[in-house]
Amino acid sequence: MSTAAQRLSYREACRQAIRAAIQADERVFLMGEDVGRYGGCYAVSKGLLDEFGPERIVDTPLSEAAFVGAGIGAAIGGLRPIVEIMTCNFSLLALDQILNNAATIPHMSGGQFSVPLVIRMATGAGRQLAAQHSHSLEGWYAHIPGLRVLAPATVTDARYMLQAALADPNPVLVFEHIMLYALEGELDPGVSAVDIEHAAIRRPGRDLSLITYGGSLPKALSAAELLAAEGIDAEVVDLRVLRPLDDATIMESVRRTRRAVVIDEGWRSGSLAAEVCTRIVEQAFYELDAPLARVCTEEAPIPYAKHLEDAALPQPEKIVAAARALVGGRG
Amino acid sequence: MSDDASPGRAHGQLLLREMLRIRRFEARCSELYQAGKIRGFLHLYDGEEAVSVGVMQALGPEDAVVATYREHGQALARGIPMGPLMAEMYGKQQGCSRGRGGSMHIFDRERHFYGGNAIVGGGLPLAVGIALADRRLRRPALTACFFGEGAVDEGAFHESMNLAALWSLPLLFVCENNLYSMGTPVALAEAETDIARKARCYHMPGEAVDGMDPMAVEAAARRAVAAIRSGSGPFFLECRTYRFRAHSMFDAQLYRDKDEIGRWRQRDPIAGLQQQLRDQQLLGSDDLAGLEAGIERELADAVAFAEAGTLEPVSDLLRFVTLDKVPQ
Ligand SMILES: Cc1ncc(C[n+]2csc(CCOP(=O)(O)OP(=O)(O)O)c2C)c(N)n1
Repeated sequence: MSTAAQRLSYREACRQAIRAAIQADERVFLMGEDVGRYGGCYAVSKGLLDEFGPERIVDTPLSEAAFVGAGIGAAIGGLRPIVEIMTCNFSLLALDQILNNAATIPHMSGGQFSVPLVIRMATGAGRQLAAQHSHSLEGWYAHIPGLRVLAPATVTDARYMLQAALADPNPVLVFEHIMLYALEGELDPGVSAVDIEHAAIRRPGRDLSLITYGGSLPKALSAAELLAAEGIDAEVVDLRVLRPLDDATIMESVRRTRRAVVIDEGWRSGSLAAEVCTRIVEQAFYELDAPLARVCTEEAPIPYAKHLEDAALPQPEKIVAAARALVGGRG
Repeated sequence: MSDDASPGRAHGQLLLREMLRIRRFEARCSELYQAGKIRGFLHLYDGEEAVSVGVMQALGPEDAVVATYREHGQALARGIPMGPLMAEMYGKQQGCSRGRGGSMHIFDRERHFYGGNAIVGGGLPLAVGIALADRRLRRPALTACFFGEGAVDEGAFHESMNLAALWSLPLLFVCENNLYSMGTPVALAEAETDIARKARCYHMPGEAVDGMDPMAVEAAARRAVAAIRSGSGPFFLECRTYRFRAHSMFDAQLYRDKDEIGRWRQRDPIAGLQQQLRDQQLLGSDDLAGLEAGIERELADAVAFAEAGTLEPVSDLLRFVTLDKVPQ
C-alpha cells in the first residue's frame, strides 16, 4: 500500500466507501433510484454497476416507501443494505417506513429484531434547485430515537463513516451535503477507520466555538479565517454525529472558549441548533460569558433565485457577524 | 401520423405553431443555461411537444392543469405568456412565480395552472383534490394532471387513481410515457409495462395513444374530456412519446445509445406534422416562414423582458411564507 496521502473528492470518497463495503461483505448491496445505469443522481455510484453487477447495485423504481421498506425488511432478514435516497426531500415519501418501522421495530419487538440498515441521502441547498430539492432535514431525523444520524463533512469521514455505519446493528442515516461532493481533500494513509460517536475539533481556538456540521463546516472554517484577521481566534467544532450528540466534546470546547455560535442549515425553529444550544444551557450555563447565538436558514422555503437562495442560507459573513457580536463584550 | 385525418388549415397550423413555440423556447433556454443566465435544474420537453399541445386543445379556460418539473410545454400550451415564463427562468420577480420557483415550479393562478411539481408523483393527489373541489362546488371544470411514467411507480399514483375512480371525479390523468425515468427504462421499473392497462384495476377507462402525433393526442383527449364531462368519472390517457435530449442538464446519457435517439427523431412530431400539412396543401413556405418569424419575435421579446426584469429585494425573502388572506 502506498503511504502517500491520497487527494480525492468527497464524491470519490463516498464511492470508495461503497466499493470497499461491497467487497468486504457479501451481504452488502446498494439499492436506490438510478444508482446503476444512470450512475447515481450525484454520480456517487458511477461505474459500480459495471464493477459489481445488478445483484449488488440495484436500480429501483420510483418507489421510496417501497424500497426503503424493503431495505428495512432485508436488514431484518440478514442482509446489509445500503439504501440511497436521491435527496432528503424525497425521503419524506419514506418517512413512515423510517420512523414507524426502522426506528421502532427493535424497541417495539422487545429487542427481538434489529435493523442493520444504512440509508444515504443528499441534503442541503446551494445549486438553485428551489424548494423541493434544497432542504436540510437531518435535524428532523435527529429527533428520532432508534436512529443514528451522521453528517460526514470531510473526505475522511465520507470515506470511512460508511463502514462504521454498516457495523452498527441499528439503522443509520448518512446525510451527504450536495455542495460537498466536489470538495477535494487528502486521505491520511495512516487512517483506516473513523468512529461514529464523537464530534471533532477541526480548528482549535480560544475565543469562541463555532459549532456546526455538514455543508456548513467549510463556511464556519472560512468564517474562522476572517475572524482570525480581526484578531478573534475561533474554534470550529464539527458535530459529525447528529444523533446521538456528543455532549462531552461540545461542552469541553464551550467551557474553554466560553462563547458559542451554532451554525445549522436547517430552519431555526425546532432545529438541531436549538437542541445544541439547550444542551449547552443545561450543562454549561455558568461557564458562558455571553448569550449563545445561532446562524440558521431563514424560515422560508428555499427560493430558486440565486440572491434569495444565498440570503436564505448561513454564510461566512453571517457567522462572522454573530461571532463578532458575542466577542464584542470580551474583557 | 394519422394520414387520412385532416386538421384543416387553421387548426393544423395552430398545432404546428404551438409545438414550435415550445421547441424554440426551450432551445433558447438551453443556450441561456450554457450562458449561465438560467440555473438550477432544467428539464427539456424536446420531442414530447405533441402531448401537451394535443391535450390542451381539449381543455377549456376553466379547467385546471397540474404538471411536473418538465412543464414548459404545458405552460406555453396553456397560454402562459412567454415573457413571464422566461423571466421565471431568469429568477426575476416579473416571472410567473416571482423568480422563486424557476423552471420546475411554474404557477399561474389566472390560467388555473397549479404548478410544476418536482416531487415525482407529488401532483397527483393535488389534482384529486382540485377535481373534488370543482365537483363539490359544482364548477363545470375538469383537471388535467400530467406526469411521467416514472410516477406510476409511486404509491401516490395508485392511491390517487383509486380515489379519483372511487369518487368518480372529473380528472384526466395524462401519463407522458417517454420510456425513461432518468436513466431507468420502463422495463426495469414496471412489472406491467403496458401502462394504460393499469387503469382497469381502478375501473377507469384507459387508452394509449401515439404521443408523437398531435392530432391523435388531440382526438384522444377530446374523447376523454367528453367522457369526463358526461359525468362518467376519471379517464386515463397514456401518451407514448420520447425525449430527444438528456433528462436534465446534468445527464451524460450513459443509459441509451445514439441510434435509439436517432430512430425516434425520425418520428419528430413537429417535422411529422409539417410534412403532413404540406402534403395536404395546408402549409405553404410563406406560411411556415411567417409562423417562424412570429415565434422569433415573441421569443426575442420574452428574452428582452426577462433581461430587463429585476430581482426581488432580499427583504422580501419571508414574504408569502404565510398569507394574510385567501387570494381571490
Ligand atoms: C419523489 C421523487 N423521487 C425522485 C426524484 C428524482 N427524479 C426527478 S425526475 C425523475 C424521473 C422521473 O421520470 P418520469 O416520471 O418518467 O418523468 P420524465 O422525467 O421522464 O418526464 C426522478 C427519479 C424526484 N424528483 N422525486
